[in-house]
Amino acid sequence: MNPSREITLRVNGNTVRAVCETRTTLLDFLRDHAGLTGTHAGCEHGVCGACTVQLDGASVRACLLFAAQVGEGQITTVEGLAPPGAMTDLQQAFRRHHALQCGFCTPGMLMTADALLRETPHPDEAAVRAALSGNLCRCTGYQPIIEAVLDCAEARGARS
Amino acid sequence: MAAMAFMHYLPNGKVCTIPVMKPAPLDILPATSVAHALSLLGEHGDQARLIAGGQSLMPILAMRLAAPAILIDINGIADLRGIRLEADGSVLIGALTRHRDLERSPLLAERLPLIAAAMPWIAHVQIRNRGTLGGSLSHADPAAELPALCIALCATIELHSPRGVRQIAADDFFQGVFATARADDELLTAVRVPATTPAQRWAFIELARRHGDFALCGIALTADCSPTGAVTQARIVVFGVSDCPRRLPHLESAIVGSAPSPASIDQAMQSLDTVEARSDHHASSEYRLELLATLARRALRQAFGFDERTAP
Ligand SMILES: Cc1cc2nc3c(=O)[nH]c(=O)nc-3n(C[C@H](O)[C@H](O)[C@H](O)COP(=O)(O)OP(=O)(O)OC[C@H]3O[C@@H](n4cnc5c(N)ncnc54)[C@H](O)[C@@H]3O)c2cc1C
Ligand code: FES
Ligand code: FES
Repeated sequence: MNPSREITLRVNGNTVRAVCETRTTLLDFLRDHAGLTGTHAGCEHGVCGACTVQLDGASVRACLLFAAQVGEGQITTVEGLAPPGAMTDLQQAFRRHHALQCGFCTPGMLMTADALLRETPHPDEAAVRAALSGNLCRCTGYQPIIEAVLDCAEARGARS
Repeated sequence: MAAMAFMHYLPNGKVCTIPVMKPAPLDILPATSVAHALSLLGEHGDQARLIAGGQSLMPILAMRLAAPAILIDINGIADLRGIRLEADGSVLIGALTRHRDLERSPLLAERLPLIAAAMPWIAHVQIRNRGTLGGSLSHADPAAELPALCIALCATIELHSPRGVRQIAADDFFQGVFATARADDELLTAVRVPATTPAQRWAFIELARRHGDFALCGIALTADCSPTGAVTQARIVVFGVSDCPRRLPHLESAIVGSAPSPASIDQAMQSLDTVEARSDHHASSEYRLELLATLARRALRQAFGFDERTAP
């Protein structure tokens, strides 16, 4: 039998336990074992960014990490951004700006942008473009995504 | 080894083949110390591969270009992570230090601004959050930035094996495409960058199709000057053009000896070395050589303050 093990991960504040093959990537663990299909599988070799999640608050590619390597790390997926039925201000900005069409890239974009705004609350346009450079979108042409992130940052600044 | 493929039967009876994008079955053994990693390497030999950030290895596994039965995971070896200023002014960087730690280190920004300036050019933030210095040097992609930086900064690479520890100059470490002086049973543990003076001149330039892509051509440069401004020694390294990063010794000699001016830089460019350039689907060798001449001149102008530095 292929090497397998029981893996326990902390995802969105919950504990998820599953027996799976050791070769299972974090991406496949989330989708196939944790039932969290918000994290999308695109290229599965590190190029597209659709699988972006956060590990201890830092954006990472879930297809380039084995679930067995996560250990005590806290994973956040797009499902963990807001309670069911609700949206964060960033998600609302995406909706206002039509920052998605098919939506395939959106979870990765959100997880990358969410981490960016935590680290750099007031990024300029160049910083947003650089941060999102690892997330491919085939639909929007990127402009509305950049605008949504900048708008969200500005609104947060006005509130605080 | 060729990438494997799934046979996929379509409703119309035709067969299409889809490349597998999953690693082959494998086991992961976490190493807890350098000694432990070395003993696991010795025990499992050819069957095993080290894994650090996984940002180069995972794509290779997913495409089945390699199918090791065992991965020795060195991420838990805390001793291998960190950036330290030594008493003699040199900087010691552990192999497991992630690209993001290099990018955000105040010590490097102050002491080794060349590294700080180059880091944003490496891949994308998600990859820099995981990728490590030791992984990049061991992988030795011809277009990678860190190997070129190590050569430009005259760094030494530290390797541990059951035979002991050895130090090898970065100049001698990179030997070809994905080829280094590291033996199969060696673990790359650290990089030591000798002390630099605050007056050291430097430049970093690269050209890639899109932000985060591998460089089509890049230049990393350091130069020391006498109090009168004359260049006493220079290291000019090109990456992305040949099979591995290479110094440009003729150009270096041409710039040494006097205080550079825009005219003397143009003059020195006449001595630009002949370099063997790769051709691939990203760029032809002719184009890479054009870039080399343009970027080398621009790097010299930036280093000596005749041009603005380029932002990533
Ligand atoms: C989309 C994408 C874009 C990228 N763009 C760039 C770029 O522009 N520039 C760039 O330089 N890189 C780029 N990379 C690669 C990235 O920088 C990797 O992080 C780096 O090359 C490898 O580091 P790692 O720690 O992830 O190594 P791993 O993937 O874990 O390992 C790579 C190799 O090194 C070996 N190894 C790892 N650590 C050690 C050690 N301590 N001792 C001995 N052997 C070891 C492994 O066995 C393996 O063979 C990119 C990657 C991706 C996926
Ligand atoms: S699915 Fe992970 S980067 Fe494309
Ligand atoms: S909205 Fe379709 S890929 Fe981005």
